[in-house]
Amino acid sequence: MRISTLGYTFKQGLKSIFRNKVFSLATIATISACIFLFGIFYSVMVNFQNIVHQAESGVAVTAFFDNDITDQRIQEIGQEISTRAEVSKVVYVSAEQAWNDFKDDYLGEYADSFGDDNPLADSANYEIYLSDVAMQDQLVDFLTSVQGIREVHKSANAANTLATANNLVSYVSLAIIFILFAVSIFLISNTVAIGISVRREEIAIMKLIGATDFVVRSPFLIEGIILGLIGAALPLVAIYFIYNKAIGYVMQEFAVLDSILAFLPVEQIFNTLVPIALILGVGIGFLGSAMTVRRHLRV
Amino acid sequence: MILLEDVVKTYSSGAPALNGISLNIEAGEFVFIVGDSGSGKSTLIKLLLRELKPTSGRIIVNNTDVTKLRHGRVPKYRRNIGVVFQDFRLLKDRNVYENVAFAQRVISVPGRQIKKNVPQVLSTVGLAEKYKSRPRELSGGEQQRVALARAIINKPPILLADEPTGNLDPRNSWEIMKLLEEINKNGTTVLVVTHSREIVNAMHKRVITVKKGVIVSDQEEGEYIDED
Ligand SMILES: Nc1ncnc2c1ncn2[C@@H]1O[C@H](COP(=O)(O)OP(=O)(O)OP(=O)(O)O)[C@@H](O)[C@H]1O
Ligand SMILES: [Mg+2]
Repeated sequence: MRISTLGYTFKQGLKSIFRNKVFSLATIATISACIFLFGIFYSVMVNFQNIVHQAESGVAVTAFFDNDITDQRIQEIGQEISTRAEVSKVVYVSAEQAWNDFKDDYLGEYADSFGDDNPLADSANYEIYLSDVAMQDQLVDFLTSVQGIREVHKSANAANTLATANNLVSYVSLAIIFILFAVSIFLISNTVAIGISVRREEIAIMKLIGATDFVVRSPFLIEGIILGLIGAALPLVAIYFIYNKAIGYVMQEFAVLDSILAFLPVEQIFNTLVPIALILGVGIGFLGSAMTVRRHLRV
Repeated sequence: MILLEDVVKTYSSGAPALNGISLNIEAGEFVFIVGDSGSGKSTLIKLLLRELKPTSGRIIVNNTDVTKLRHGRVPKYRRNIGVVFQDFRLLKDRNVYENVAFAQRVISVPGRQIKKNVPQVLSTVGLAEKYKSRPRELSGGEQQRVALARAIINKPPILLADEPTGNLDPRNSWEIMKLLEEINKNGTTVLVVTHSREIVNAMHKRVITVKKGVIVSDQEEGEYIDED
């Protein structure tokens, strides 16, 4: 296709959009709503995941050793644990360190009364951090079976609940977004079908003159793609401005949760959201019009 | 140039519209096709344009076997054929220039060349001045001349006209016929379907008469044959 033909095709696509304004607007509105919701879900999900991830990285299983264990065996165990897939980090905490931490956390100045005795003499342990909280039970089972480990403490776990909630939110939003996409494609296809029926005569003449199927069809595909692009761009702009406001609001209203609410900057979200949304918009536009063009323009 | 061998066309309902047509038209000929309403003239044009496929028989145009033409090759084939109809079929939302340029745009002629060709062909049909007018601002004769300009701008070797003067008064009809004759003189093979006895009898061209889907007469320098 020549550049001049491309330009002409593009102009015809634009013209068609303006020719049936009402349908074009309705289509853009639906795609916008669809992409807007997608953007919101996406932002929430990514932030949620970020928060869960942060919470996860703080979850540790603690493994205490048998009283008569040798230093060599402790090292062996450490190595064995760190090769496991669900383990992200293994930290050795000596009895002295455990006692010091405990003193700092709970006793403060009263600690002096213990003198040089270490009441936690048997409390040397491994703190084992997980890459995936869901695997915690499995890890605990394993640790209990290891020779030389006396006791295993699970951490209390908010992260586990968060992870479950995260999955639920993902599924529900995916379902909603899927429905919205279906509606958008349906609307695009209607808009294009109207464009085709308005231009029936013109199409017939084009075919008689010897226009290829490609030339006959492309204005309609371009119409769909343009509608999809506009429908994707508008909500992105909206989300950009809403995002920081929303975060500000949440931070203010739920200041208590400040320590666990780790929000991502809008730029980081947009790095992935913009391409995804644009591709979705173009995809919806292309699919909707391609379906209709196939059905109505069997040349 | 145009060769038909025992062509039959039956629409899904009813008797055959064409029932065994054989004919041979040489390059550069000017041929009238006449016959009663419903005798199958437009069906013949549609077969030549490959809008329809024959039920049986063979059609060869410009060395192309139209009956065996694959779908993807149809556009290229049609670029060999210009066509005008009784109802002009212009794009109402575009001016004269755009209507004619359209024929070149859809087959990807470079813009520079279109700008050169359109005024040239418009002056051939005598409409150079009216290039900015919309179809509704033109008389029937002028509209048909625009359609004619559109049909010949791509310089097809064959021109088909299905009752081109059916909606025109005698004076405009004659102007169109003169144009068709001129186009023919420049080498284009011209096939004209018409009901106009005066024109056929005055022009002394080859006349093929069709009746109920068969050719009943084919004469050089023929006359319009009355229905009995
Ligand atoms: N699409 C169609 N479906 C079914 N029958 C058709 C169709 N088109 C034409 N016919 C029939 O085929 C026959 C020939 O029609 P055609 O249009 O070729 O006649 P024609 O010679 O052009 O007539 P006219 O002079 O009135 O234009 C007629 O009986 C008509 O009813
Ligand atoms: Mg007819």
